[in-house]
Amino acid sequence: MRKLTRRAFIGTGLLASGALVIGVSIQPGNRSEKVADLIADADEYVFNIWIKISPDNTVTIIVPHAEMGQGVHTTLALMLADEMDADWDKVIISEAPAQEEYTNHMLLKGFVARDIDFPNFLINTVDGAFLKIGKIINFQVTGGSASIRFTGQLGMRISGASTRQLLIKAAAAQWQLPEKELSAQKSFIHHEKSGKKEAFFTFAQAAALLEPETNPTLKSVDQYQLMGTSPPRKDLPLKVTGEALYGMDIQLPGMKYASIKASPVFGCKVTSVDASSLKKIKGFYQVVTLENAVAVIADGFWLAKQALNKVVIKFEKNDAQNIHQKGVFEQLRYDLNQAELNNDFNIDFKTGVIPDQKIKSKDQFEATYRVPFLAHATMEPMNCTAWIHDGICEIWIGSQNPLGIKSEVADLLDIEMKNVQVYNQYLGGGFGRRSETDVALQAAWIARETTHPIKLIWTREEDIQHDFYREANLSQFKAVLNSQGKPSIWINQFLFKHHPPEASIPPYLIPNQLIQHTESTLHVPWGNWRSVDHSMHGFFIESFIDELAHLQNEDPFEYRASLLAHQPRFLKVLNKAAEKSSWHQSLPENWGRGIAIHQSFGTIVAEVVELRIIEDKIHIERVVCVADAGFAMHRDAFIAQMESGIIYGLTAALYGEITIKNGAVEQHNFHDHKMLRMDETPIIETYIINSHEKIGGAGEPSTPVIAPALVNAIFNATGKRIRTLPIQNFDLLS
Amino acid sequence: MIISIKINGIHHELDSDPSTPLLWVIREQIGLTGTKFGCGIAQCGACTVHLNGIPIRSCTTPLGSVIDQEITTIEGITPPASDVLHHVQQAWLEVQVPQCGYCQSGQIMAAVALLNKNKNPNDDQINTAMKGNICRCGTYPRIKTGIKKAIQLMQANINSPKDA
Repeated sequence: MRKLTRRAFIGTGLLASGALVIGVSIQPGNRSEKVADLIADADEYVFNIWIKISPDNTVTIIVPHAEMGQGVHTTLALMLADEMDADWDKVIISEAPAQEEYTNHMLLKGFVARDIDFPNFLINTVDGAFLKIGKIINFQVTGGSASIRFTGQLGMRISGASTRQLLIKAAAAQWQLPEKELSAQKSFIHHEKSGKKEAFFTFAQAAALLEPETNPTLKSVDQYQLMGTSPPRKDLPLKVTGEALYGMDIQLPGMKYASIKASPVFGCKVTSVDASSLKKIKGFYQVVTLENAVAVIADGFWLAKQALNKVVIKFEKNDAQNIHQKGVFEQLRYDLNQAELNNDFNIDFKTGVIPDQKIKSKDQFEATYRVPFLAHATMEPMNCTAWIHDGICEIWIGSQNPLGIKSEVADLLDIEMKNVQVYNQYLGGGFGRRSETDVALQAAWIARETTHPIKLIWTREEDIQHDFYREANLSQFKAVLNSQGKPSIWINQFLFKHHPPEASIPPYLIPNQLIQHTESTLHVPWGNWRSVDHSMHGFFIESFIDELAHLQNEDPFEYRASLLAHQPRFLKVLNKAAEKSSWHQSLPENWGRGIAIHQSFGTIVAEVVELRIIEDKIHIERVVCVADAGFAMHRDAFIAQMESGIIYGLTAALYGEITIKNGAVEQHNFHDHKMLRMDETPIIETYIINSHEKIGGAGEPSTPVIAPALVNAIFNATGKRIRTLPIQNFDLLS
Repeated sequence: MIISIKINGIHHELDSDPSTPLLWVIREQIGLTGTKFGCGIAQCGACTVHLNGIPIRSCTTPLGSVIDQEITTIEGITPPASDVLHHVQQAWLEVQVPQCGYCQSGQIMAAVALLNKNKNPNDDQINTAMKGNICRCGTYPRIKTGIKKAIQLMQANINSPKDA
């Protein structure tokens, strides 16, 4: 933390209204390829957090992350407001301030687009005194459960604390009192001895002239006022009245609508388009041929979609047409076998001594697990509105990666990045899908063919069939057990590796471990799917350890606990899950309990599933979830994320499966790609452990744990071990 | 052809193909974007509106089938110029139901229709009324709690202002 703290830069300035604006850079001088051409030299910095104190003493916090449901706007603002001692009731959160005064400075577009030409008022104040600033952007990608852990801990809190110190310093100078006699409370500076009290804004002008502290003292836990509480989320009032604007809801004068059909087989080029039948229907129509898709533009989405159905499109044929799901798994099996035969693996983790694997020990136990491709199925189908005019391209979209869009659209249109403006909207679900740029590129391509703003909307079918999928995979384990029945050797081999790198490493005390992977080439595009590699490794590891426990006739909870003696945080989480689920209480016949524990993104989660089986139907009655994220910054939003991750993972475990036929995705829409619904949803009880260790993520860590807890519970109820997901393909009566 | 429809108590004359799904008319022609597109085949409930008080899927309801009938969208569940939220909306905020929020208009419309018909539904009745609405963020447990909270608010007739 100290390292990044020292790299924080803070700039201040005054708006015409007298409002104080503070910009904080937490990762200056990023040299990644994507932002390199936006940062000219080492003296130029990336600013991505903003605070504004207005004449009415309201505090506006500009949050550099996309709100896709995880409550990140509220939680990040809360962390900043707590350190600043701002009055939460008078805190306004914005991803894009629309105040009149900003428009004169091009700041409005900059804030939204994340590409800010630093306004003159700030350059005058800041330049020379503190920073030389050229171009300022926000490159923040929302994902990896990183918002709270990094932006929050390293950015928001420092910004808030530094601002509070600036205001106290200014007040001390003005009142001619020692700083240490002053305190900040609810957006006022107080001098307790004299009873003097003035609003933050009173000191805005003076504060703007002071040099901000880049390494301020942060509050200790006992000083938290807001952190760890559950104030109502500030984005929800608009979400119950239908007023919240998603990418889908943008309306522009003269806007037309586009419907698109991409090659069912991934990546095949369009070879011919016959749109002659469209001439017979009245109304405005335009056909746009993209590299591997065809779009129709019309006055409304329905008209565009109907018209597109009448266009005869031919796509090129290639070998992918021969790919079927069975073949995909055969290929994965073959590649894994080849890697084993040639000992051609990449090592994820190795410890201890691994004997020659060709010699099979009689105490060796083996199991292979299989998971399918998974789609994201965000509630809001993919869409993007683009308008190209006067040499610029404006984009309206809900994105986890607005800068990626800016960069790639600029490349596509062969214009400078500064001429692409991205206006980020609320996301109707992200889960990793909205970190891709494909839809924005299509929209820009289509918009280039017309002078109208174009809203491109995907059908749900397009959304299911042209996702970026969690990979199908195989994972094989071999374990040798010692005389106490505990694994002394743990060998795990699987395919593919994305991130995080530690996803495949079990938390258990096993002296000899070899964890390795090989690669394979699939024609199905890969993408980040909620919890990424953890989404499968949680299932693999926690199923296998459960099997080892049962092999030894040991209680799966006790078995895990005995292997976690060296991991007190894990043990505490595991014990609490057992306690809250009444683990040791016996269940009626046909009922079962299953347990699993897994750490991801810095958060340890244990879950216990309680279910009953009626004939061949699984009724999940209850899920107990215990999570240690170090500290839950917004308690209720954290609980909501645990619930969300569990239900997302339940859909995947029970039903989630994308299969390939003739090179294309077989599923179409929610009728053949089933989602968990309310009547199948269990009671979920979440318990938080605030261990005050390093802060972990919230959006993903409950997902990897649910599939193994569920199959372990099914085993407990039926004695049947499910090693292949989804569960719906398993015949419980067999 | 010119078609006359009534949405949230207001008459509109539209030049539109009667086969156009009501959803797109509401969103694109009337400009009320609270009603959402989710699947287009009546499988997810994001597009739920009321037709004469009954919840319907506007994505598969042809415009021509609803001429001059009472259509209510999320924007119209409280009387025009009303300064209070509907009990269901109020309960949704108390329970902090929404996450991404995209499906919530449809969820709220389904819940309002349920409570209009049955003032005190049990869990099974709630499940039956709500299982047509998908939420990918997994807010189902909170929706259920929200409906129960709304019942309490209705019984006590507690109203909270829209800008609270």
